[in-house]
Amino acid sequence: MTSPLEQKKIRITGPSVVTANRTWDGAVIWRTAAHGWSAELADAAVVRTSDEARALLAESVADDVGAIGAYIAPVEIKNSGAIKPGNLREHIRAEGLTIDLSVPA
Amino acid sequence: MYAYDELDRTLINERVSEFRDQVKRRLSGELTEDEFKMLRLQNGVYLQLHAYMFRVAIPYGTLSSEQLRRLAHVARRYDRGYGHFTTRQNIQFNWIKLAELPDALSDLAEVGIHAMQTSGNNTRNVTSDQWAGVAPGEIEDPRIWSELLRQYTTLHPEFSFLPRKFKFAITASAHDRAAIKVHDIGLRLHRNAEGETGFEVLVGGGLGRTPFIGKTIKPFVLGRDLLSYVEAILRVYNQYGRRDNIYKARIKILVHELGIEKFAQEVEEEWLQIRDSALVLDEAVVEEVRSRFSYPVYEKLPHMPDELKKAAHDPLFERWRKNSVFPHKVPGYAIVVLSLKPVGGPPGDATAEQMDAIADLADKYSFGEIRVGHEQNLALPHVARRDLPVLWQALDKIGVATPNVNLVSDIIACPGLDYCSLANARSIPIAQELTRRFANHDTANLIGRLHINISGCINACGHHHVGHIGILGVEKNGDEFYQITIGGRADENAEVGTLIGPAVKYGEVADVIEDIVEAYLALRTRPDELFVDTVKRLGVEPFRERVYATR
Repeated sequence: MTSPLEQKKIRITGPSVVTANRTWDGAVIWRTAAHGWSAELADAAVVRTSDEARALLAESVADDVGAIGAYIAPVEIKNSGAIKPGNLREHIRAEGLTIDLSVPA
Repeated sequence: MYAYDELDRTLINERVSEFRDQVKRRLSGELTEDEFKMLRLQNGVYLQLHAYMFRVAIPYGTLSSEQLRRLAHVARRYDRGYGHFTTRQNIQFNWIKLAELPDALSDLAEVGIHAMQTSGNNTRNVTSDQWAGVAPGEIEDPRIWSELLRQYTTLHPEFSFLPRKFKFAITASAHDRAAIKVHDIGLRLHRNAEGETGFEVLVGGGLGRTPFIGKTIKPFVLGRDLLSYVEAILRVYNQYGRRDNIYKARIKILVHELGIEKFAQEVEEEWLQIRDSALVLDEAVVEEVRSRFSYPVYEKLPHMPDELKKAAHDPLFERWRKNSVFPHKVPGYAIVVLSLKPVGGPPGDATAEQMDAIADLADKYSFGEIRVGHEQNLALPHVARRDLPVLWQALDKIGVATPNVNLVSDIIACPGLDYCSLANARSIPIAQELTRRFANHDTANLIGRLHINISGCINACGHHHVGHIGILGVEKNGDEFYQITIGGRADENAEVGTLIGPAVKYGEVADVIEDIVEAYLALRTRPDELFVDTVKRLGVEPFRERVYATR
């Protein structure tokens, strides 16, 4: 999973979303079509072209108070229309740890 | 234990106030993330996958029971009820909220704990032998010098904006438990032919993308000259270290590119100018620091008390004692290692309940003191041997008496892709699966000492290069793959391991490690030939053949 921190050029090859962490608590969030943020991937605005991705990222980055580290992440759109993370890194961010802990997470 | 003076306490409290103001300004938008990032990093606050991660320093791995209880409090009050002990005598909290961080720091400051310089391009937490002050045969307690270095380097303006991070480690024992050869500066306290005490200074060790074993730059530096010599090294590094390329910015690259002779010459010239300056550590200064360390008043106790003789009939106790109890410099006492590597557990994690319970046991059986080792285990450093049976039962009850210290399931692992924003692959699930594969203690004992180290990316926080078996997670076309090295070691004979062949898939790693271990058992000449010695004798080829013949 190449770190999004190394994301330099924006060129998407499939459906994508913009994700970040919420500033006050660091929680994972996604940019919505209503120009806000949601803690649910299901609410994310899905873009399909590089131009759309660039525009969505630009408005996301502009919200420096609400979110940090915004980047474009791949998603899969299921036949049902459900949005699913497009790689393991994003799966872990969306669904949580893949490991057993001795305390409830 | 070291008792902070008024200056230390003031410094820590002022730092909390300063950071509280910085956080407030960040949350209000007065500071941008670009402006704030360096400030938070200098207070140990990273942004990881799910949340902020808060790294707290445990200087030279020494904690009081009161401090451990406070760490438990932070885990419970501000996090999700657990913490992760790292490979550099720090503890990390994985779910902390930025808005609550100043309160967490304030709570920690009340017991003399801070997070200063646990990140950023400055001198990091000074680490040391976790058995400092109690190890038999030690020249002197290395924590005195660690503390002097901590005081000198903390917030030192010349060391606060180095080309890259900078790590010290110190040992005073013949057997290196502090991994000094893989630090930017490694210091080995020893005596010269005249009987004087001083330091062998190593420089340019490190892991990460380009691993190097540290080289001896000066075989003997008197204690009085320690600060001036170290400063000379840092000045040369500050002047010539690469700031244009993050991958070439560590001192190890500078030492490698200049060559140790040329680097040493530059340091020597710098040192001659500052050697007899205010940096001279006169004995009174050293004594002042020494006097602030308190040591237990030990009783005169038998080496083999009745309690121990009686417990020796219990095979489970004996198995634990032989594995996790180590000689102490004082007769009648022992060092007890607490394994944070339960079968199926994340290496180095401890719950708040475990931390509280360990703090209580430290009060009862170890003069209120706990140690943290770079192997991600804890230790009680002053346990009367008569108390071992009852202590064992208490440790077992809270899950920290797994008798696997230094064995195949005592795995060092970074947080990996489950937590870390830099990781390419997961580390913890690999470690968990391996602990299940090697859960049988008889098998683990048969295998003997074997260190497995796992890193989820090339930054090598799991020190995979110096694992007897090293596992490095990489990404190939979106999938997790793992490179396997063997023959590394982090002790006084430190070496970087050798890659055995192409990376293997996530699901194959445990099978590959089992194959390597089985090959070792077949190849060793006698039961006490350690894995790493067999690799040294035979090279990697027989292991490579075993692993790849059928893959």
